[in-house]
This record gives sequence, C-alpha cells and structure tokens, in this order.
Amino acid sequence: MDELLREYLPVLIFLAIAIGISVAMLLASGILATQKPDSEKLSAYECGFEAFDDARSRFDVRFYLVAILFIIFDLEVAFLFPWAISLGKIGLFGFWSMVIFLGILTIGFVYEWRKGALEWE
Amino acid sequence: MAEFWDQYAFPTIEIVFYIVLIVAPLLGGVAYLTLAERKVIGWMQLRKGPNVVGPFGLLQPLADGMKLFFKETIIPASSNRGMFFAAPMVTFVLSLIAWAVIPFDAGLVLSNLNVGILYIFAISSLGVYGIIMAGWSSNSKYAFLGALRSAAQMVSYEVSMGFVIITVLLFVGSLNLSAIVEAQSGGFWNWHFFGILFPMFIIFFVSTLAETNRAPFDLPEAEAELVSGYNVEYSAMTFAMFFLGEYANMILMCAMTSILFLGGWMAPIDVAPFTWIPGPIWFALKIAFCLFVFLWVRATFPRYRYDQLMRLGWKVFLPISLLWVVVVAGWLFAMDKVPGA
Amino acid sequence: MIIQALAFYLFAFVAVAAGVLVIASRNPVHSVLFLILAFFNGAGLFVLLGAEFLAMILVIVYVGAVAVLFLFVVMMLDINFVELRSGFLQYLPIGGLVGFILLAELLVVVGGWVIVPEATSVAAAPIPPIDQVTNTEAIGRLIYTKYIYLFQASGLVLLVAMIGAIVLTLRSRAGVRRQKISDQVARRPGEAIEVVKVTTGSGI
Repeated sequence: MDELLREYLPVLIFLAIAIGISVAMLLASGILATQKPDSEKLSAYECGFEAFDDARSRFDVRFYLVAILFIIFDLEVAFLFPWAISLGKIGLFGFWSMVIFLGILTIGFVYEWRKGALEWE
Repeated sequence: MAEFWDQYAFPTIEIVFYIVLIVAPLLGGVAYLTLAERKVIGWMQLRKGPNVVGPFGLLQPLADGMKLFFKETIIPASSNRGMFFAAPMVTFVLSLIAWAVIPFDAGLVLSNLNVGILYIFAISSLGVYGIIMAGWSSNSKYAFLGALRSAAQMVSYEVSMGFVIITVLLFVGSLNLSAIVEAQSGGFWNWHFFGILFPMFIIFFVSTLAETNRAPFDLPEAEAELVSGYNVEYSAMTFAMFFLGEYANMILMCAMTSILFLGGWMAPIDVAPFTWIPGPIWFALKIAFCLFVFLWVRATFPRYRYDQLMRLGWKVFLPISLLWVVVVAGWLFAMDKVPGA
Repeated sequence: MIIQALAFYLFAFVAVAAGVLVIASRNPVHSVLFLILAFFNGAGLFVLLGAEFLAMILVIVYVGAVAVLFLFVVMMLDINFVELRSGFLQYLPIGGLVGFILLAELLVVVGGWVIVPEATSVAAAPIPPIDQVTNTEAIGRLIYTKYIYLFQASGLVLLVAMIGAIVLTLRSRAGVRRQKISDQVARRPGEAIEVVKVTTGSGI
C-alpha cells in the first residue's frame, strides 16, 4: 500500500514543479519585457474592423452530439481496460460476455450511422 | 531531525533532481524540434531553412525564445483575465507532467505506476481544456471557432486511440508502461508493430497526428481561414507556452507510439553491437524517427476538410479499431496466447 | 505516513471547498471549473485508498468527457443563469433530503463495519491483497463474469443514452450537399469528359 503511494509522490512533486515553471515564465516575461498597452492593441482580433458583437454565440448542436457520443464511447473504453488485462483469468466466458456488451453498443453505433449522426455537413 | 532528512528531505531532493533530468532535455528537445521542423521542411521544399543564427542555424531556437520572452504580453480588453492566463498554463503543465510515467530504460522511470497507460490517457484527455479555455476566454471569433473545431476533433480521435490501446493491452495483460515494453523483448520481430497489430499502429499514428493538431489535421489552426485558431489572441510568453506545450505533446505522442508499438527502449536485435547502445538512446532514436515522420507528413499532405476529418475518425477508425479489439482477443484465444491464462 | 495524512486532509478540504464553490460561484463557467477541481481531489482520495483504476477512470470519464460537455454547454449556450438560479431556495428541501438519505446510508454501512468487524470477511467478493493482484485486475476478474447481468445492463443503459442523444439533438437540415465518396470513386472519364473535334474557326 505504501509502495503504491510512493510511486504517486513524484507525480505530485512534478505537478508542483511544472506549475512553478509556468508561473515563473509568465511572470518573468511580464516583468522584464516592456508593456505599453493601448486600446487598439487590446481589442479582439477581427480582420480590420471593430468586433460587431460578443464572440460567444450559439453554435451548431452537432458539437454537443459529438461530445455526448464521445462520453458514451469513452465509457466503453473504460469498461475495456480491466477486461483487457484480466482476460487470461476470466477466460472464454469473459470474452463472450464482452462480445455481447460490444454487440449491444454496435447496435447503437449502427443506428447512429443510419440516422446520419456521424455525418458532418 | 536526522529522521526528517533521511525520510523526507533526501528523497524529495532526489525526485526533484530526476524531474530536472527529464524536463531539461525535454525542453531542449522541443526547442530543437522547432528547428528540425523548419530545416526538414526546408530541405523537402529545396530551401535551406534557418541558417543565419549560429552555424547551420543551430542557435535559431535560442533567438526565437529570447524574442518571444521580451515581447509584450497582450491581454485583450474583452477577455477573462484569469482564464486567459490559465489556458496556456494548463496546456504546458499537462504536457510536462505526462512524462512522469514514461520509462526510458528498464527500471529507469520516475514513477512506475500500475496504471501508467491510464495516466497517459487521462492526461491526454485533459489536453482539450487548455484549448477550450483559450478559445472562450479570448472572446474573439477566430479563437472561439478554432477552439470548437479543435475540441471536437481531439475528442473524436481519442475514442479510436482508446480502442487501439486496448488491442495492445490484450497482448500485455498489464497497464504498466514498462510491462508493455517488456512484452516486446527479444528482437524487432516481437514488437507489436509487426503482425496482427499493424493496422492498429497505422490508426494510432494517424490519431496522434489528429490529437496534436498536426498537418494534415491542423484545421483548428488553419492559417488561411482561422488565422491560427484558438491562440490568435496570445502573444509573448503566453503564446510560447502553447507552442512549447504542443511540441512537447508531439514528442510525448511519439514516445507513446514507440512504447506501444516499437519496443520502447529495446534494441532491434538482441545481439552484441546493438545492445552496446544504451536503452535511452534507442528510445530517443525511435522518438526522433516518429517525429521525422510527423514533419514528413506535414510537408507532403494537404489539409483535410472538416467533414472528411470527422468521417475518418468516426466512420473509419472507430469501427475498424472496435472490430480489431474483438479480432485480436479471439485470435489470442485461438492461438492460446492470452497473457496470464 | 505523515505525508499520507497531510495529502488526505489537503484533498478532502479542497474537494469540499470546491464543492461549495460549485454552487456558490456566480459565473457558471467558474462553477464547472470548480467541479473539475472537486473531481481531481476525489481522484486523489481514491489513490490514497489504493483504488488507482477508479482514480484514473474518474479523471478520464468525468473530467475528460463529462465536464467537457458541461463546459461546452455553459460556455457556448447563452442560457440566462440568473433566471435559473432564482428557484435556488425552492430546491433546497429536496436537495437536503437527498443528502440526508445518502448520509444515512453511509452511516448504516460504516456502522455495520464498526459493530460487526467480521462482516467484511464474508463479503461476496473479498478484495484481494493489493501487492498480489492490482486493483484493475481485481475489478476485471469480477465484473465480466460474476456480475455479468449488471454489466450487460450497463451496456443497455449506454445504448439508451446513445439513442436518446440522437433523438434529442439530431436535426436533419435540408439542402446540404454531402460528399459521396463511392460516387466519386465510381466516376469514370467517359461520363465526365466529352471529347469534341472542333474545326478551326467555327467554335463548338
């Protein structure tokens, strides 16, 4: 148990160091470089004219659909990880169990495909 | 007091030392990768590439870095300041900490997690945050569109990457990265690159191109239409951190390709002249080769259109890799090669 | 050991604080970011328990996928959140009730362990020692075989989610021109080009 946690300590220290490096880089540049902001410089980039309105607008619902489908497939992958490494122990029964699981999800996948949800236009 | 030093202080100093040993060559590698990119693409297009600063332009990355460092940090007036600064930091920090679990040689790894591959998968799935935060906080249309595109693209290819990783794990029976490399010992014919996993190698490699927003999948930063996408409002060090993060991610993805498919630190043939070269060198050579292919691809292929990109991810890679999971598992049972049986 | 305790209190404190800030912060985007922070600390707590697999899956699925969707929604759909917030106090009793039930359940389970310490040894699937079997493998040995029905049921839940997402969000637009790759590949020069002999000066 302790050994397991000892392996995670470097990750934590690494995280702290990485955050330290990035803050130091930003701060050092911000202090050492000349800063002369003016209102034109600070306006949002827009090919040559003033921005018409706020950039955060509604957008195509397809992006949400992609995100939802991603969650579902990500979960599927999450289920596959323990299966892949314990396959030797659970044997053919475990194999077929997963084949059925994937089969169910393939039905969903085929449905998506037929409905044109994977189509990008 | 002595106990404090023995138990806490010295191990911590040791760990910090190892972290510096990882980070310093990594950042150096990133700097020279930018030079290599310009040189290699220059040669492929019959140009010279940078050759003025230092011999063969070798000091060019240094000059670029200094220039970016002394530039003015512009914070757009309409942006959300806190998140505007957090976004490049997220990208940069994630690209660094992923290296904590990469094995450079047998036993030469900072933290030998049991779930190393899941850790890498988790870190790479977080990469999307830097981009979404940058796109949203800059409050600029180009940045916003670039971020949207990039997020949807990264998310789409991550799924097939997950399935590809599963097919490799079926051969290994462990989530530990060192174990994945050790499963390929004995010579290059044992590498996962050869045999039934070869199609997965191709899919993985192409997915890493999409995951790192590289050509031909560099739509999020399409210069011609989105003027470099989500990082359009960034300047000076904030931009440099995105840049460093992206290139460090490229190196990381190449390292993953060599760990999963090209035998990591293993020499191609397990006999004398090859085994004299230490493991980390082999590992670096394999990474360098992968990176060269990244650049080669960039110099060769035109950019994909967005609908084609989505089609490739969801309708080609996803079904093939999903099918391959079942095929590989069935094949392992048929050949009686399931690990740990 | 001290580090472990310190890490526990750090993770626990930040998780609770982030949880409070999720509902307290005015900007919904900040709420989602605090939620992500809470997930991370939850993952840290899982690691302290030795449940590495769950920790990583928490990050991959919740932070890497679910929170991305949340962020998409709050960042890019300009919902009026002030309006949504107006009913905040109305929901308080229901929320409190749910919280109370969860607390009661936890008390019953933990109380059971305290009153009858032997109860854990007769569990349906005892946890194997962590130095022999990794956490991930221990899970893998159970869910696909022993708990196969629940496993398949979760597959069905995912199927329903998939179909539901499509039914709710898919709108087919008229007048879009799709690329038909098979048509493009099947096209032959004969159908595309016409070779015309033109006599000089007369045009076609």
